[in-house]
Amino acid sequence: MTQRLLAAALSLLLLTLGIGAWYLATLPKSAARVVDAEYAKLIGAEAAAGSKSAFPAPQELARKLLEHLRDPFYDRGPNDKGIGVQLAYSIGRVLAGFLLAAAVAIPAGFLIGMSTLVYRALDPFVQVLKPISPLAWMPLALFTLKDSAVSAVFVIFVCSIWPMLINTAFGVASVRREWLNVAKTLEVGPLRKAFAVILPAAAPTILTGMRISIGIAWLVIVAAEMLVGGTGIGYFVWNEWNNLSIANILCGILAIGLVGMVLDLAVARVQRGITYAE
Amino acid sequence: MMPVFRTVCACGRHGSQGEHDHAVAAEKVVEEALLRALFPDRALRRRFLAAVGAGTALAALASVFPLGAAKEAFAQGAGKIEKPKLKVGFIPITCATPIIMAHPMGFYAKHGLDVEVVKTAGWAVIRDKTLNKEYDAAHMLSPMPLAITLGAGASPVPYTIPAVENINGQAITLAIKHKDRREPKTWKGFKFAVPFDYSMHNYLLRYYVAEHGLDPDRDIQIRAVPPPEMVANLRADNIDGFLAPDPVNQRAVYDGVGFIHALSKEIWDGHPCCAFAASREFVVSMPNTYRALLKAILDATAYARTADNRKEIAAAIAPASYLNQPVTVVEQVLTGTFADGLGNVRKVPDRIDFDPFPWHSFAVWILTQMKRWGQLKGELDYQSVAREVFLATDAAKLMAEAGLAPPKSTYKSFSVMGKPFDPMKPKEYVESFAIRRA
Repeated sequence: MTQRLLAAALSLLLLTLGIGAWYLATLPKSAARVVDAEYAKLIGAEAAAGSKSAFPAPQELARKLLEHLRDPFYDRGPNDKGIGVQLAYSIGRVLAGFLLAAAVAIPAGFLIGMSTLVYRALDPFVQVLKPISPLAWMPLALFTLKDSAVSAVFVIFVCSIWPMLINTAFGVASVRREWLNVAKTLEVGPLRKAFAVILPAAAPTILTGMRISIGIAWLVIVAAEMLVGGTGIGYFVWNEWNNLSIANILCGILAIGLVGMVLDLAVARVQRGITYAE
Repeated sequence: MMPVFRTVCACGRHGSQGEHDHAVAAEKVVEEALLRALFPDRALRRRFLAAVGAGTALAALASVFPLGAAKEAFAQGAGKIEKPKLKVGFIPITCATPIIMAHPMGFYAKHGLDVEVVKTAGWAVIRDKTLNKEYDAAHMLSPMPLAITLGAGASPVPYTIPAVENINGQAITLAIKHKDRREPKTWKGFKFAVPFDYSMHNYLLRYYVAEHGLDPDRDIQIRAVPPPEMVANLRADNIDGFLAPDPVNQRAVYDGVGFIHALSKEIWDGHPCCAFAASREFVVSMPNTYRALLKAILDATAYARTADNRKEIAAAIAPASYLNQPVTVVEQVLTGTFADGLGNVRKVPDRIDFDPFPWHSFAVWILTQMKRWGQLKGELDYQSVAREVFLATDAAKLMAEAGLAPPKSTYKSFSVMGKPFDPMKPKEYVESFAIRRA
C-alpha cells in the first residue's frame, strides 16, 4: 500500500517537473518589437519580435483544453465539429474494423492452428502480409473500394487482423497434448472439443492478440484519418496542423493517448477474466 | 403539417424571391439580346432607348416579335435541377475562395442548390474522392483535369474545367536565413516544395529557375508537399523555400519563418492557378445542376473580383470550418496589402484576382510544360485536348447570362517572364527552351 502511494507521489512529482521545465523553456525571451507598428499588426507577436513563432506554454494548452472540455460535442457543419464528436467517429471506425477483423481472424486462426499442414501452407503469406504498413494499403483501398469511409475501416481491418490471426493459431496449436488426448479418450465430438477444450485453453493467447490489435488499430486510425480527412480525431489533428495551432494539436494528442489507454484497459479487463492458472 | 405561410416572390408568380430574381434576370437577358440584335451599334441602341424609353421600346418590339414565347423558351432551358444536394470538395487555400465563400455567403442557395463544401486533406485524395463520385465537383489545380483526362498519374477519365477560380495569388517564399540570397543563380542545391506534381506551382517554379539557368531536375530539388506541411517544414529547415498557394506564404511571414521572395504575378501576370472541376459525366448527365452550380461559382467569382468585397470575404472564409487561419493572414492575401517578411508593407491589389474564364490558351501552355518536363510522352493534339477539358464555350454563355463580359476568342497570347507564348505553335514553344526533358 505504501509503495502504491509512493509511486503515485513519484508520478505527480515527474509531472510537475515536466510541466515546470516546459514552462521555463517557453517563457518569452524578449518582447521588444523590432518592426514598426503598421507592420507589426500584420504579423504574429513572435515574428514582430524578430523570432519564429514559439512553442505554446503550458497555460496556453490548459486554456485550449478547457475550451474543448466546455463544449466537446458542438457541430458547426461538416468541417468543424467538437473534439468529442471527432473522437466518437474515430472510436466507431476502430471498433467496426476491429470487430470485423476479429470475426475473420479468430475462426481462421482456429482452422490454421488445428492443422499443421494449413499452418505451414499459409505461413509465408501471413509473414509477407503482416509487416506491410496498413497505410500502404490506403491508396489501393481508395482505388478499389471507391469510398473513403469504407477505406478507413478497411485499413483498420487489415492492420488488426494479423496479431489476432497469429495469436489464435499459435494458441490453438499449443494446447497441451494431454488435454487433447483426454478429450480423445472420452470420445468427444470435434465441435465440442473445439468449444469445450481448445477455446478455453487458447483464450488467454487469443485475447493477447486482440489487445495488440486494438492498440495498433488505434495507432493507425489517426494516421488514416489524417490521410482521408473528413471526420475523426486524426482529421482534427490535421486541421489544427493546417492552422499551425500546436496547442490544439497537443489537446488532440492528449485525447488520443487517453482513449488508447481506455481501449487497452477494456480488453485487459476481459483478458484477466478468462485467464486460468494451470 | 402544411406550412401556414407560403413563401412567394414580389410579383407573386414564383415560388420564392430567388426564383423570381432568376426569372427576371432571364427575361432581361432575352430582352437585351433582342435589342442588341436589332441595334448592333451600342451608341445607337442607347440613343433609341433613351428617346422612347425601355418599356415603350419593348412593347413596340413585342408587337412584331413574339417576345413572350422567346422568354419562356429560354426559361425552360434552365429546367429542373436534377440533384439539388451536392458535395463539393476543397483544399483549404485562398485559391478556393469562390467555391468556399459561395457557401457562407449564399451563392449556392441563390441558384437553388444545397451544397456541402468538404475540406479535404490533399490533392491526391481530392482526385480520388472525385473519381469515386463521393464529390460531385471539386476544387483542383488546373493541370489536374488535364492530367486525369490524359491518364497521367491516374487512370484516364474524361474530366473538365468549367471555370478557372483564381489568377495569380501564389508566391515563392524562402526561409528567413536566405534573405540575402535573392539571386536565383545562387540557389544551387536548394530544396523546394510545391503542392503537387501536376500543379501550376511546379511548372512556374521550374520555369522560373530554368530562365535563370538552373536545371530544376539537377540543380535544385523539388518535392511535392501538402500546403499545410510547408510552413512546418520550412520552420524545421527541411526545405529552403516553396512556391505555394496562399495563405501558406503569408502564414510563413506571420509566423516569422519565411519571407516572400516573389509573387507569382511577377513571373506571369494573369496566370491561372486553381480550377473548379467536374467529370464530363456530371456535366452531360446533369446539365441543369451543372448550369446552376457553374452559375453560382461564376456569381461568387464576380463578387470576389471587386476589391471592396475582399475584406468581407476574408472574414467569411477564415473560420475553422473553412481555411482555419487568422483573419489578418487571409485579409492580407485577398486585399494585397501585406507584410513581406523583410519589414516592408507591400501594396499589390492584384496579388490574387478572380477570373473564371477557362482560356484554351491556358490549357495549351500547361500541356507544353507537361511535355517539357516529361510528364507527357508521345504526340499530342494540344488544341483538341484543351477544347475537351476547358469548357470555355459554356463558361462564356453563362458569363453573358450573369451579366459578365466574356471574351470573344478562347485563345489569347501572353508572355511568361517576358517570353511570348503563341498558343497556335505549342510544339515550337516546347522546343524553344534550352532546359527541357522532351
